[in-house]
This record gives sequence, structure tokens and C-alpha cells, in this order.
Amino acid sequence: MGAYLARRLLATLVVMAVVGVIVFLLLHLAPGSPAAIIAGDNATPAQIDMINHELGLDRPLPVQFVLWAWSVLRGHFGTSIFSGAPVMELVLERLPATISLSLVTIAFAATTAVIAGVFAAWRAGGVLDRTLMAVAALGFSVPVFVVGYLLIYLFAITLHWLPVQGYQPLSRGLWPWLSHLLLPALALGLAYLALIARITRASVLEVLAEDYIRTARAKGASSLSQLFHHALRNAGVPIATVIGIGVALLISGVVLTETVFNIPGIGRLTVDAITNRDYPIIQGVMVIFSGAYVVINLLVDLSYTLIDPRIRR
Amino acid sequence: MSDASLPAIAPAVRAYGLGRLWRRHPTLLIGGAVIAVMVLLAAAAPLFAGNPMAMDPMHRLLAPSALHWFGTDTLGRDVFARTVFGARVSLFIGLSVAFGAIAGGLVIGLLCGFYPRVDAVVMRLMDGLMAIPSILLAIALVSLWQGGIPVVIFAILIPELPRDVRLVRSIVLGVRERPYVEAAIAGGARTGKVLRRHILPSTIAPLTVQGTYVCASAILVEAGLSFLGAGIPPSIPTWGNMIAGSQLYLALAPWTIFCPGIALAVLVLAVNLFGDGLRDLLDPRLSRQQ
Repeated sequence: MGAYLARRLLATLVVMAVVGVIVFLLLHLAPGSPAAIIAGDNATPAQIDMINHELGLDRPLPVQFVLWAWSVLRGHFGTSIFSGAPVMELVLERLPATISLSLVTIAFAATTAVIAGVFAAWRAGGVLDRTLMAVAALGFSVPVFVVGYLLIYLFAITLHWLPVQGYQPLSRGLWPWLSHLLLPALALGLAYLALIARITRASVLEVLAEDYIRTARAKGASSLSQLFHHALRNAGVPIATVIGIGVALLISGVVLTETVFNIPGIGRLTVDAITNRDYPIIQGVMVIFSGAYVVINLLVDLSYTLIDPRIRR
Repeated sequence: MSDASLPAIAPAVRAYGLGRLWRRHPTLLIGGAVIAVMVLLAAAAPLFAGNPMAMDPMHRLLAPSALHWFGTDTLGRDVFARTVFGARVSLFIGLSVAFGAIAGGLVIGLLCGFYPRVDAVVMRLMDGLMAIPSILLAIALVSLWQGGIPVVIFAILIPELPRDVRLVRSIVLGVRERPYVEAAIAGGARTGKVLRRHILPSTIAPLTVQGTYVCASAILVEAGLSFLGAGIPPSIPTWGNMIAGSQLYLALAPWTIFCPGIALAVLVLAVNLFGDGLRDLLDPRLSRQQ
């Protein structure tokens, strides 16, 4: 267990270091000097020289990388070109909206997908199974923003059940918060749901063919107990893995969803940064989102030992 | 796509007969047919679709009618013409990224599978690339490089690459241990020849399937990037640009958003279905597991 943990932590650190190198080099390999990019389109040569000196861009590349990595580790991602505010401050300001959206989406999509996947596997080839797999195929193909506008048109504009766009913090009450997140979470979660449901179905189907399921059935275990206690538990590792890997899908979707639903989160911050060519923000968000993805997958890997004691060697 | 898909199904049609292929792999034929229709429409667009750029401020936001099948947008441009011309961009980007990513994945994957030193370095790089959310990496590339379609293709291709490299690498590592490859190496065959003659053929079927998935994903990412304003310049009619430009008119003129949106969903679904069918056809073992 200790060795496994150490190996896994080391691998995570290596991945984050590589992410750092990639994000750093992107700026330096781009046409035009980094100082010119950071200074923005209307900078004078004197300003560019000042930035070059201030940021140490006149030093050798490896030295610059170490300096940059050190400041990133302390949470300094530079300042926004457009507003002049520290990137970290802007990100923290937008964080609650993005976290709310992600948590509601994961909670709704993962539970629905696992339950649907288990029942689809149980009655493989049946009506439920076919319907679910058709929905899954659609979930992979219809882009987040098309689903989003469809949901807004149906439930907000036509039926007036839910608000069209925007975000309310949780401090304003549970319903205002949740009602603004239901449609975005549904749009964002569709692809994620499809992915998890497919894997759940496949892995439960595989487990259902095992001898111990037949034994459980022979001993008179009820169908639900067979499914959820015996089958799902043993199919847990691939399902947990895909819930973790799927977060990448979710993060890309967040950027689009926040734009469609006008949610003031990190995704919206990134999109505004594109228009302003505010590269420090894009760089900071890339590091933060990649970090979140890597940490979530580390936690998922560690959860294997809880799901499946056989791994705990 | 038809250029690529027809040769892929033609042997299957000959071996199976169309009827049996339809019964066994309906998704392959449905997906292939939809793709073929879309390719034909896109290729013939200048002949029948009309001018996608012509503005007509007197006839803004008109509902679909016999004159304007998909209605008109906020500048009075014909949504049908723009949707058909948008298909050209989507198909071109999807195919370019698919071929590029497969070719790149093949070369890098073969090298990784055969040279452990290259492998150690390249795979760490791929792990890093995989950890960066693909749309953010693409946004960063597009906003740094600025430019038209080639930059967008490159920006979509780079995040797609790691999965293809991993696929090829795992095949190479599996095939390397086979007796016929060991025999070829023991017999003194040069590495290049071993790779070309003995290992490359095993990668063709899985890579064809993977290529269709990459194509579907690239079409989605391009639409997403254009929608966010980080893709193809807004002057070119693409499905993502059309939706982005009509955001404010959802309540007033939903067809300006849903026509390109449905076209996008149908094309991606068709490519995905085609890929699923191809996978079942080429690798029956995989389909039984799923």
C-alpha cells in the first residue's frame, strides 16, 4: 500500500511537471516575443523592454522556467493584461460558480449513469438497454452548446419553468442556486453520463457472467442484491476510473456551458480572455484545470483500494 | 468521407452481400449513407445552395419558408446556404485532423513501441498533454498563433495525439512478442523492415476505427472553438460561427441556432455510428465485450 501510494504520487508530480513545461513553452514557442504577447497589442517598445526585464525574460530559458514554476507553486500566475488584477484573484472570484456547476453535474450524471448502466446490463438487449444505448450515442454526438440552447428554448423560453441564464450564489438560498444550475448541469452532464453508463453496462455485463454471481443467485440472493452488492461492487474499478477520466470531458464542457448559460465561472473568464488576448489568464487556467484533473484522478486511483481490497497489496 | 469510407466497406459488401451486411451491421450502413449524403451536398454546395454571404437587411430573421428553407439570420443571410457551406468546413477539418492525428500517432507510436528510450520521454510528454483539457490547449494554441484554418487544425490535432500514440504503442508492444516478429528479428531483418512488413499491418484495422472517432471529435471541437470565438474567423460560415452569431436571437429566431446545431449533431452521430459499425466489422471480439 505504501509503495503503491508513493509510486502513484511520484507519477502525479511528473505529470504536473510536464504540464508546467508544456504551458511554459507554449508561450515561448509562439511567434512574437512573450513580452509582446503579455504586453498586449497596444504596447510601446519601452513597455516591452520593461516587461522583459521585470519578468526576467532576458535570462536563459531554463532559469526563466524555474522562476516561473516557483511563482506558480506559490500561487502567483501573473497579472491579467486587461484588468491588471492578479490572475489568482480573478480565478478565486469565479471559482464558486464553476465548482457549483461541476458538483451538481457530477452528482446528477454519475448516479443516473451508474443506475441506468446496471439495469441496462441486467436486461441486456431489452427495451431499456436499447433506449439507454441510443441516448448514450446521442450524448456523445450532440454538442453541449446545442443541447444547452435546446433546453433553454424548451424549459425557460417556452415553458417558463426555469430561469434562462445566469447564476445565483448558494448564499441567496438553495432553490435560486439550484434552479440556475439544473439546465446547465443537464446539458454539461449528457456526454459524461453517456460515457459512464456505457462503461458501467460493459463492466457489469462482464461480472454477471462470473461464477460467484451464479453462486449468489443459487443461494437465493434477490435480484437487486445480486446487481448492486455482488455485481456493481466487483465492477467498481473501471467505473471509478471512467468517472475520473471523464472529468477531462467535463472541464472542456464547462467552458462551453458557462458561455451558453452566462455563468460567471472560470470558463467564462477564459472565454473573455480569448477576446482580450489575455494570455496570463489562459495560462493560469490551464495549469489550474490540469492540476484539478490530475488530483481528481489520483484520488480515484487511491479509492480503488476502498472499492476492491484485492488491490491493497 | 465517402472517398475514405467506400473503399473500407466495399470488401465487406463483396464478402457479405448487402442484405447480410444490413442485418449484421446496420449502424455501419446508416452512418455511411448519412456521411455520403452530407459529402455530396457539401461538394455540390456552389451549384444549388445559393450565396451564403449575401446580406439582405430587408429580410432579417425570417422564419423557414419555401424561399428560405431554413429561414434567414440577423443580417438577412440564407441559413440553408450557410448550413450547407458550413458542412464543407466541418468535413474538411474532421478529415484533416483524423488523417494528421492517425499519421502522427502511427509514426510516434511505432517509434515508442520499438525504442524504449524514446518511449520513456515521449510517453511522459503524452501524459502531460492528456492532463491538459483539450479545449483549453486548443484555445491557447489558437490565441497564441492567431490565424486561419491551418492553425485550428493543428490546435485540434495536438490534444488528440496522445490517445492515438498510446493505441499504436500498445499494439506494437503486443505484436513484438509474437513468434513471427521475433523470427524476423532473429533472421536479421532491419528494424525498418520489421516495422513496415510485420508490425504496421496489425495497426491498420484499429487505426481505421480510431480515425473515425478522431474525426467526430475534431468536428465537435472545431464547432466548440468557433462558438467560443477561438476558431475559424467569423467571416467564414461554419456551424460554430453561425450559432455564436445567433446567440441573442434564440427566442426570436430559434432556427438560426437549431439548423446548424442539428446538422452538426447529425454529422457527428453518423461518423460515430460509422465508427461503431466499423469496429464491430473489423474486430468481432471487441464488439462482443461491449
